[in-house]
Amino acid sequence: MKIIDTVVQWLDERTGLREPIVQIMAHPVPPGSKWAYVFGTATLTCFIVQIVTGIALSNFFVPSAGDAFESLRFITERAPFGKLIRGMHYFGASAMILFVGVHALRTFLWGSFKFPREMNWLSGVFLLFLTVAMGFTGQILRWDQNAVWTVSVGAEQALRAPFIGKFAAELLLTGGDLGSTTFGHFFSAHVFLLPGVLIAIIVFHVWLVLFHGISEPPVPGETIDPKTYKQKYEEMLKRIGKPFWPDAAWRDVVFSTGLVIAILLCAIFFGAPELQNPPDPSIVQASPKPDWYLIWYFALLALLPHESEDWVIIGFPALVFLLFLSVPFWNNRGERSYKRRPWSVGIVLFILAFVGSLWLKGVHGVWTPKFTAIPLTPQVVGASSGPIYEGAKVFNSKGCLYCHTYAGRGGQRGPDLTFVSSRLTHDQLVVRILNGGYNMPSYAANISPKDLQALTTFLESKRGETAPLEIQPSEAGGR
Amino acid sequence: MCSNHEPPKILVDWKKVFVSRQEFLKLVAFVCSAVIALIVAIPSVCFMMYFLFVPQNPTWVALGSLDDFKEGETVPVAFKSPYALPWDRISSKRTAWVRRLSAESFIAFAINCTHLGCPVRWEQGADLFLCPCHGGVFYADGDVAGGPPPRPLHRYAVRVNKGQVEIAFRPVLTEA
Repeated sequence: MKIIDTVVQWLDERTGLREPIVQIMAHPVPPGSKWAYVFGTATLTCFIVQIVTGIALSNFFVPSAGDAFESLRFITERAPFGKLIRGMHYFGASAMILFVGVHALRTFLWGSFKFPREMNWLSGVFLLFLTVAMGFTGQILRWDQNAVWTVSVGAEQALRAPFIGKFAAELLLTGGDLGSTTFGHFFSAHVFLLPGVLIAIIVFHVWLVLFHGISEPPVPGETIDPKTYKQKYEEMLKRIGKPFWPDAAWRDVVFSTGLVIAILLCAIFFGAPELQNPPDPSIVQASPKPDWYLIWYFALLALLPHESEDWVIIGFPALVFLLFLSVPFWNNRGERSYKRRPWSVGIVLFILAFVGSLWLKGVHGVWTPKFTAIPLTPQVVGASSGPIYEGAKVFNSKGCLYCHTYAGRGGQRGPDLTFVSSRLTHDQLVVRILNGGYNMPSYAANISPKDLQALTTFLESKRGETAPLEIQPSEAGGR
Repeated sequence: MCSNHEPPKILVDWKKVFVSRQEFLKLVAFVCSAVIALIVAIPSVCFMMYFLFVPQNPTWVALGSLDDFKEGETVPVAFKSPYALPWDRISSKRTAWVRRLSAESFIAFAINCTHLGCPVRWEQGADLFLCPCHGGVFYADGDVAGGPPPRPLHRYAVRVNKGQVEIAFRPVLTEA
């Protein structure tokens, strides 16, 4: 096309951009960098999706604590395409968090953080944590009941930091009381501050990728020596390098296309996350839970030994951040292949098992009192009058069922009590009820002798019926 | 992409700063840049953190008349935060748990669990506050009964003023 050539020529004479653009697109890359190298651009693609859908959302979203929720309801329920755009913004965020994590694991396992790419890794760690910060602030801009309590929970966590705790909590809430000023800070951070910092670091990160070139696929036995690495890399590129465009780029583009289509399909079929109750902090019937990518941390806080919490709440995120930053300083030379770095494989497996198992626990949330537990009925109890039935009524009314399972009903915070009398004697039972335990309140001041008598009679009613000692909760019948 | 010749020195050579015109001009340019940054940044940051400059003393908030409360009952009372802005609307509502002990004696609790701040619920029959987040439990007097919370529930000061029950409300977090 002659007209295009003319336009390009005209622009190049006045901008000088043709040469650098061609150089960047055609810069030689090592061959064999297959599908493992697409996750960085996948994350970048998600970020672009977030910018575009975010700008779209900002047209109708009202950033005030009194109106944000209603404006989101308008976007979700009435504005044409509103539900789709909110859904894309949500699944784009989920995908971005997923792929920034996968990208980090890949560069770790492939040893790509080693000399001379230490700064690639360090800037990437900042991008990883900023991405999670974007997710957290975005969840709060949803400004439903869950968001309101999420801010409170975040502030309570910050409050536990030594020395700066009070300041950090006040900063998070903007003054200590929840309201439009709190909301304004999160809006400003999510829409201006964090994206600005993200874009700056992304530019830096991409510059470093171009400056050092992508790391060649690791070969066991080919070690990194900072004295000779750069020279060897340059020679390897001259010998067998392929132009980035299109030899390597096509995989990035194809993968990202699939990703964007997946985001679109998820948005169409699953839609935006449900708006929960309105942001009325006076309603105490709330069970705040973080979005999926932080559920595991939520679970960790529930399952810790209580004394260690003050340290873990602040220390854990700080420690994880510092550990991530320290990676290239442990070892930045030698073997790159994970086949010769068993520790790196072990660490990744440990992280996956740690997060995965906590995540499963968090999804089920077994430590939370089950407020929806259905009271025990005469059929379950096996009596409709008399002391056993009276005891079951006490069991219902004293809230035992929120934390304990009986005949397949109730919560799972405490042990299953269906056949408790095959584990505890009458006296042990009474002592436990009156004194409480590690997670259990003491009922000494809360229960009358008559109720206590009825309760123990009820709890002992299933003694030895069909109850061997090793009975499993799931076999306890009545489901 | 990078060139190999010696780059010109950007930073000030302190030994020559009052001898060489060039070094002095570098210093001037650096100082001016810092002045620009400070002039823009200091007021902006102070504005964003204005709460540091506003004293947030407890404010008495009326919760209802004396007759609304029965002795021995723990009830949730909703009120409007005295710190709210006009456009906070629904988000300006707050709740406290209030228990009337005797004719003139009350205790009022913040609803926030001392573990991570989730809203605790009063369970009538069990006479306990339960937290939905991590299973924290408190007795009727606010003391920890079980689970992870490290401290008793926060109490607001209560007074009876002209037949109105009032609590000294302050943002929960600033006192802890």
